[in-house]
Amino acid sequence: MTTLPAAGALHAAWLLLALPSAGAAILLLGGRRTDRWGHLLGCATTLAAFAYGAAAFAVMLGYPAAQRARDLRVFTWFPGIGRLSVDIGILLDPLSICFVLLITGVGSLILIYAIGYMAADTERRRFFGYMNLFIAAMLLLVISDNYVGLYIGWEGVGLASYLLIGFWQFRPAAAVAAKKAFVANRVGDFGLTLAIFLMFANVGSVSFTGVFGAIGTAGRGTVTAIGLLLLLGACGKSAQLPLQSWLLDAMEGPTPVSALIHAATMVTAGVYLIVRSAPIFNLSADARLLVTIVGAATLLFGAIIGCAKDDIKKALAGSTMSQIGYMMLAAGLGPAGYALAIAHLLSHGFFKAGLFLGAGSVKHEMNDEVDMRRFGGLRAVMQVTFVTFGLGYLAIIGVPPLSGYFTKDPIIEACFAKGGVSGALLGTAALIGAGITAFYMTRVMMMTFAGSPRWPDDAHPHETPPVMTSPMVVLAIGSAGAGAFLMLSNRLVGFLRPVVGTPPLAYAIVSPASVGTLALVLAGIGLGWAMYRRGVPAVAPRGSAVTVAARKDLYGDAFNESVLMRPGQWLTRLSVYFDNRGIDGLVNTIAAAMGGGSGRMRRVQTGFVRSYALSMLVGAVLLLGVLLLVRL
Amino acid sequence: MSTFPWLTVAGALPLAGAAVICFVPGAAAPGGEADRARRDQFVKWTALVATLAALGVTGAMAAAFDPGGPRFQFTQTYSWIPQFGIHYAVGVDGIALVLIVMTAILMPVVVLASWWDAEGRGNPAGEQPPKRSVKTYFALLLVLETMMIGVFAATDVFLFYVFFEAMLVPMYFMIGSYGVGQRQYAAVKFLLYSLLGGLLMLVAVIALYVYSAAGGRAGTFLFLPLTHLALSATAQRWLFAGFFVAFAIKAPLWPFHTWLPDAAASAQPGAAVLLVGVLDKVGTFGMIRYCLELFPAAAHWFGPLAITLSVIGVVYGAVVAIGQRDLKRLIAYTSVSHFGLITLGIFAMTSQGQVGATFYMVNHGFATGALFLIVGFMIARRRSQQIADYGGVQKVAPVLAGLFLVASLAGLALPGLSTFASEFLVLIGTFTRYEAAAALATTGIILAAIYMLWMYQRTMTGPVRPEVAGMRDLRPRELWAVGPLIALIIVLGVYPRPVIDLIGPAVRQTLVTVHATDPVPPHPAVAGQNRSTP
Repeated sequence: MTTLPAAGALHAAWLLLALPSAGAAILLLGGRRTDRWGHLLGCATTLAAFAYGAAAFAVMLGYPAAQRARDLRVFTWFPGIGRLSVDIGILLDPLSICFVLLITGVGSLILIYAIGYMAADTERRRFFGYMNLFIAAMLLLVISDNYVGLYIGWEGVGLASYLLIGFWQFRPAAAVAAKKAFVANRVGDFGLTLAIFLMFANVGSVSFTGVFGAIGTAGRGTVTAIGLLLLLGACGKSAQLPLQSWLLDAMEGPTPVSALIHAATMVTAGVYLIVRSAPIFNLSADARLLVTIVGAATLLFGAIIGCAKDDIKKALAGSTMSQIGYMMLAAGLGPAGYALAIAHLLSHGFFKAGLFLGAGSVKHEMNDEVDMRRFGGLRAVMQVTFVTFGLGYLAIIGVPPLSGYFTKDPIIEACFAKGGVSGALLGTAALIGAGITAFYMTRVMMMTFAGSPRWPDDAHPHETPPVMTSPMVVLAIGSAGAGAFLMLSNRLVGFLRPVVGTPPLAYAIVSPASVGTLALVLAGIGLGWAMYRRGVPAVAPRGSAVTVAARKDLYGDAFNESVLMRPGQWLTRLSVYFDNRGIDGLVNTIAAAMGGGSGRMRRVQTGFVRSYALSMLVGAVLLLGVLLLVRL
Repeated sequence: MSTFPWLTVAGALPLAGAAVICFVPGAAAPGGEADRARRDQFVKWTALVATLAALGVTGAMAAAFDPGGPRFQFTQTYSWIPQFGIHYAVGVDGIALVLIVMTAILMPVVVLASWWDAEGRGNPAGEQPPKRSVKTYFALLLVLETMMIGVFAATDVFLFYVFFEAMLVPMYFMIGSYGVGQRQYAAVKFLLYSLLGGLLMLVAVIALYVYSAAGGRAGTFLFLPLTHLALSATAQRWLFAGFFVAFAIKAPLWPFHTWLPDAAASAQPGAAVLLVGVLDKVGTFGMIRYCLELFPAAAHWFGPLAITLSVIGVVYGAVVAIGQRDLKRLIAYTSVSHFGLITLGIFAMTSQGQVGATFYMVNHGFATGALFLIVGFMIARRRSQQIADYGGVQKVAPVLAGLFLVASLAGLALPGLSTFASEFLVLIGTFTRYEAAAALATTGIILAAIYMLWMYQRTMTGPVRPEVAGMRDLRPRELWAVGPLIALIIVLGVYPRPVIDLIGPAVRQTLVTVHATDPVPPHPAVAGQNRSTP
């Protein structure tokens, strides 16, 4: 699809960046003066951005399908330095507008929820400042028309994530988790950076149009290398294997953060990166295959972890990892899966955000308790939370006709349709993952809402205030209906077609894959119900080896510690020692030898400097003499 | 404009300030404690006014500079020692100009931040400073500014050398007499190491003159004529080495770096800012101006070696920084890593690399300057340089912690902050010629995240340690000192163009002189894009 200049209302697309940026600047620089109304401003900027996004969407729908990609240059960042010129430019096309609506729409709901959730926090204003910063960076990430702008947003959301995971930074665990998330993301960023360098070195451009237009003439090896480096970046941001371990710790952040950043939007940026880079991945089957492998492995990995967590937020975090695995898997299928990845991403944005807000609502009423073994019987006292969470539950496990059914099952179907051994293996992994998902989500439901209360002594849960429940209700409606809306009559597939191409086959609403999935889902529900219907032990049973491993995040941290951290610490210590004794020792030894007497360097006396300077001067004069005599 | 001696005035203003300060009676003068305090206040305000005046002049210069105009502007040339062709010749291209402006911005900031440093108020606990003279300290600062402006403005190689060496003297006393810890050891090490390099350079400078006088011509030290000198390949290499070692020590490039952590840890924070922020830049500035342009063939020949040392420095400096326990030493090692990036950009011989390297010199001055100053404010409160003595500072001093975080993020080159723009340019410019070296250097972005955020975590987060519980947040004077630096870091990060527009033409000229062209991409994209502007 060719990109056309932005016209009319789209000229104001810079507002998408300016509104939340202004909000963040006012709230972070304004300090305590803005305490009283800071949260309102934070919501207002996001809502205004959403309103603009919706208007832009309407304008876009008015254009013929082939003319929907519109570009606006906001300002020149690097004027031509050699061949390199970089603009802060905005590309509004069907793909980016989906994200704009998701980020600002779900973002507004979560911010409204946070007004209630963070009401007791004296630093609420700072929280809203960081959230605005996040929204600005996330929008930059998805609407940039070049890889450098995307990268600026990419690291910007990493910063916001760092600040918000560590929002309660007086808690050491939060501070450590924040740093861990940033460093793990930087490992991914290393890949994305090198991918950008490779693009520039090969085609002399970093803009989407420039790169995509010329990449076809580059060699296969180069294209695959770029694809793999992009994948590394995606793994860091989207918590995919092997860079997954930070996401579980990131649950140290306030729950609205988990909902917006670590479920609905930021962690899906990796999927965006791959779908946006479709013209690159289309050229490399090897890179696509690795994407699917990473996705399939992570979807099982996250699901297994989700089964063993007693912390409700960590169970949901495992689930997020797993669901993003599905999206990656779909994206790795190429044109057959790009639109499916985005569809699942959007419906996941609704139901996972809803689930997290529900979890936050429970946590809020349970005096910040997150251990599901201390929950139980909440169905009776928190009915809105129960119903909305329940809809999210049904959506994520894929019970028809809720969202997950429409967006997850086609991914499984597409895997099998890929054919060959890889198709069968990927499809099977996705199928099994669906069953496990049904199990762990049923477990969460049973432990939290069913059975008899096992509450902390001083907890008196009742329903949270409307400012918190109403966003949950809206998200629940989305969880229920988004999938059908997006997938029926190929609505999203058709909308995205100009950007990501045409899938080779149409997806049936009922297919063998969806029947098989449904069977496994029912089995998972049955197993979960059978295991927890008689109540939940207050102390976790020892469990099998798999359970123990899953509780320890399948040894992801142990691996990092023994393979990266320990050797890294030794390397650091060795380097410090080498620097002090080796290099600096040599310098001092030479100085001592020149000055005579090794103790003199320490007992500096007057005249010492002078004698040294003199001896060096003599040396220099001699050298000069030699130089002039030899006459090079 | 053409006749007004801008550069001389900019350089002379601080010197005049120093002269005024010299006439203020010293501590031994009659009068009580109150009299002395009043005199000290006068000294400090004089220093502030003088540095602000110099900033005004350099700011006007930056505004009047025409990037599309002649290479050197605001030039003045007077014969100084005609027998040897030595001139008082000054002038700036875009590269020198931005470095002078950076120096002029840092000076009032340092004066403000150093308000009580001469009295030793910020020294670690248990270190009673000897009776020190406030006026000498500020006079030294001002003299140093004159030298720093001079060294960037000189267009006569001998004049450059004079400033290059003379700069050492005020800094030597600032570390040796006013520093903390092993200050004398550090000062002597700094001086001797620099002198060693300087003398090697002197040899090369004189040899250069001799060559220029070959064949009965009148010898000269003027820079531009020297760039047209036809030197044999061997001669180029030897002379290049003489300059390069001096600059590599100054910068400092691995493995000549070990004096820097000692000097930075022993200097007062303000002095450390000038040491790392400006003095060290003379090394990298010297490389791009003198090593490359005077000896183009040798620069290409030595290129791979310089690239190798740079990459080692980037990774090595970062790894060693992670292992530091002292705040100031940690920052010094991060600078070793960052200087590696700067030299990498210079010797990559691409327009992006060199624009990035020059822009990095400016940004590093602001970012590391802010970091040193904020750390200095912390040390002045807690009376310790040890990281382990802090914890939970964010809770008691949120503004200090917030600015410290921004400065740390600038240290790890976060996009949106100016350091990113320069680091990105350096790495992408290097990548087009030396893929492996750039890829290795890019690992620095991961290591930088570790050393910066770990430092922040250990000092600022967690429960409030009892020793920091009473820590005051930033005072207005301190805020006025670091606030402008933080603002510059953010503004230039979002909109780097004003500085890049100044640097660009100068770098283009440099590349022409060294006969280097950017590698051509094998599969160039078709230029031109459909887009509109708001």
